[in-house]
Amino acid sequence: MDNDRIDEVTGLDADSLREEIEKALRGWDADYLEIRIDETSATRILYRGHELEEIGRSRSFGGNVRALYRGGWGFVSFNDPNDLRRRVEQAVSQARFVGSERSHLAEVEPVVDIVPLEVGKDPRQVPLARKKELLDEYNALIWSTPGISSSNIFYSDAHKRVVFASSEGSYVQQERIDVSLRIGATARRDGDVQQASVSLGALNDFSFVETLHDEVQRVARRAVELLDAPYVRPGVYPVVLDPILAGVFCHEAFGHLSEADHIYENERLRELMVLGRRFGQPILNIVDGAAVPGLRGSYRYDDEGVPAQKTYLIREGVLVGRLHSRETAAKMGERPTGNARALDYRFPPIVRMTNTYIEPGDATFEQLIADIKEGVYACNWYGGTTSMEMFTFSAGEAYMIRRGQVTELLRPVKLTGNVFETLMNIDGIGRDLAFNQGGGCGKAGQMPLPVSNGSPHIRIRQCVVGER
Amino acid sequence: MLEAIIELALRRGAQEAEAFYSEVEETPVLFEANRLKQLNARQVSGVALRVIAGGRLGAASSSRRGDVEGLVEMALESAPYGPEARFHFPAADSYPSVQTYDPQVESFSLDDMVHLGQGLIDAVRREEPELVCDASVRRAVHRVVGINSNGGRFEYRRTVFSLGVHGTLVRGTDMLFVGDGQASCQAIRDGATVVQEVVRQILWARRTAVVRTGEMPVVFTAQGVAGALVGPLATAFSGRLAHQGQSPLAGRLGEPLYDQRFSLWDDPTLPYRTGSRICDDEGVASRRLPLVDGGVVAHFLYDLQTAGLAGAEPTGHGSRGPGGQVGISPSCLVFAEGELNLEDLVREVRDGLVVEQLMGAGQGNVLGGDFSGNVLLGYKIEGGEVVGRVKDTVVAGNVHRLLAEALLALGRGRWVGGSLYVPPIAFARLSVAAKG
Repeated sequence: MDNDRIDEVTGLDADSLREEIEKALRGWDADYLEIRIDETSATRILYRGHELEEIGRSRSFGGNVRALYRGGWGFVSFNDPNDLRRRVEQAVSQARFVGSERSHLAEVEPVVDIVPLEVGKDPRQVPLARKKELLDEYNALIWSTPGISSSNIFYSDAHKRVVFASSEGSYVQQERIDVSLRIGATARRDGDVQQASVSLGALNDFSFVETLHDEVQRVARRAVELLDAPYVRPGVYPVVLDPILAGVFCHEAFGHLSEADHIYENERLRELMVLGRRFGQPILNIVDGAAVPGLRGSYRYDDEGVPAQKTYLIREGVLVGRLHSRETAAKMGERPTGNARALDYRFPPIVRMTNTYIEPGDATFEQLIADIKEGVYACNWYGGTTSMEMFTFSAGEAYMIRRGQVTELLRPVKLTGNVFETLMNIDGIGRDLAFNQGGGCGKAGQMPLPVSNGSPHIRIRQCVVGER
Repeated sequence: MLEAIIELALRRGAQEAEAFYSEVEETPVLFEANRLKQLNARQVSGVALRVIAGGRLGAASSSRRGDVEGLVEMALESAPYGPEARFHFPAADSYPSVQTYDPQVESFSLDDMVHLGQGLIDAVRREEPELVCDASVRRAVHRVVGINSNGGRFEYRRTVFSLGVHGTLVRGTDMLFVGDGQASCQAIRDGATVVQEVVRQILWARRTAVVRTGEMPVVFTAQGVAGALVGPLATAFSGRLAHQGQSPLAGRLGEPLYDQRFSLWDDPTLPYRTGSRICDDEGVASRRLPLVDGGVVAHFLYDLQTAGLAGAEPTGHGSRGPGGQVGISPSCLVFAEGELNLEDLVREVRDGLVVEQLMGAGQGNVLGGDFSGNVLLGYKIEGGEVVGRVKDTVVAGNVHRLLAEALLALGRGRWVGGSLYVPPIAFARLSVAAKG
């Protein structure tokens, strides 16, 4: 079973493994050393069209050593657990090759902890036959909708166990199970193709996968309805975003700017992102934190062994914090926030978001749209990118707002603009905070990292809206 | 070990089995904020197993060493639920000889890599000292072995050497991003062409300019073509999407859908390109495959299963994903080119826009060939000259329609990344929306 996997690969029980790792870390001339070992066991199922196209299981085992010497880093990753000391030696010699200045690493209290897995419905206990049966039902539901020309479903679950140890005496073992499901429907009439989809996910719990029949039907119907929907007239509108799209906006447009590794070595960006600077109206509060429990981006310790926290990025419209690794925190003279994360053993930890959200305000949805004469209600996420300064997002679903009422369905729209102007233009925040757990975040080739983002409904005074 | 896996799979009830081993040893030298920051060594390997059992396909992959039992168990467990296999694993075949290995990559010294990377940063910053640059220089050796129960066997090595530099210039809330990179199976001793590209971007972006909303001639630089147009174009040649009727080219083989100056082919036999190989990841021999020949749609790309479904010849485009799963993807895409260089195209166009980097390009109806996005890096053309960088500008179009109806001229091509040969392309008209 999964509980003794590491032992199975290395031939060591938990205590001997710890001893082996701690022995390998001792006696080197380096400022800091760490070893991380992870193992994963995963299932993936993919449908395209009527048929299941691919089903497979996989497992992996790998580890890495990271060394710091006078500001220079060495990093060695491997599958073969034998001869850890030689790997450490290699990482140390790399770091010594690079290092020429001074190491900066924020002080943290070493932790020793074995974090138990708290699981709801465990996907490892759900037979493949049951998983396929559910997905077959959803696929059949999509195809039972008249006008559908194609479907796609991607399901995956992955159990992961990670052991982390540092030369400062930390030793942490953590486990998690990521479950994610994306369901899409395509409708086609003549040359016109329209798509609708939903992306969902959960940490340590399969149950959401079992109750999606209504949701799937809605997705399929929407794809067909879009064939008859009009295009938006491109222009500048007041825009209301639903919690999913607002959450993605918060992650993409502001979250990435808050990652200190973009900032810490760039004088100009440090000036732009100086704490105390106003980024929004006093109603705006943005938070990131893995300590918020039970979400895709939740954990107890990050991949440097730093305890998870809840970090205010914007409080009452003012920049008050940012996301750090131990190195960026030390270099900027700020406190580490527990945001150093690695996709898996092949990568070193870098500054990442966890659960990023806009805190709820006090407006009802009706109040947000009440005084909009002509605007756009944009929902659901289809895609989005940011260059830090500019953003563009596609909404999976959009409606016109006329005289304070949500009216006709539109073809998918694209929102674009300047990040800083748009944050300032958020002038209404709802009370209905909800989280989107279906996304995966990509940065520096590490993708998809489990994160969640959330928001209540928000209103943006004006935003450029175009056809997608 | 691969033989043992196949043997066990057959013994446990598989009718056919295929094992695929891949291994990479990579050494990236990474620079951050203008100086050397990190040295990595990545040694990663894994085995993927596919079985046909009860006529159905099961799959598994593992990076645990010696995981014979686990692989066979997982693959056979999934097979009863898998798709019906529409092919047999290919028997022994003879493969073309393709150059993919250069010993000089393996022996390239760390000192030389550091020197090369720092050289890129210094050269670029001579042109613009305020630029904050990240750079990387990487060398890697890949080894691939595949065998199957029908006697098929292939094995090859590939070296990859790559370098790149990206710079950011921040002024207030204004941000400029420039950058370029290069990759090959051969050692690259000199970053001059990368530097030349980035310096051109810096010079062209030095001043700002404003374009008006409307239709206008647009030049895509080679990087612009690679970033904005190749994705939606190449998607249409997927044999799977064609078979499912989702590609706009479905059922149109042999039709002259594009301007006759436009040709496109996939060629995994080219020497020392990073997508080159003797055969694909399923053991189907490599060959040059025309996709568009003088404007006429010539072929789609297939893996074994899709070829079986569509009743087509496999073309050797089965490609393994990170979990060992097989998908369809091109190897080395090559565009037909013209005589003119980028500056000539700008002169030719007289007034319009140059697109170098597009943000959010993959968000529209990519299947249908649509692209649209914010111009992250682009320039205004006035009187046949670039007069400055544009901001707050959005372009949108359809790559199939552009190549059919609006092709003005193809420029002289270059390799963007290691496996994509594209020219800059001038189009007569494209819809452009600008603020103000």
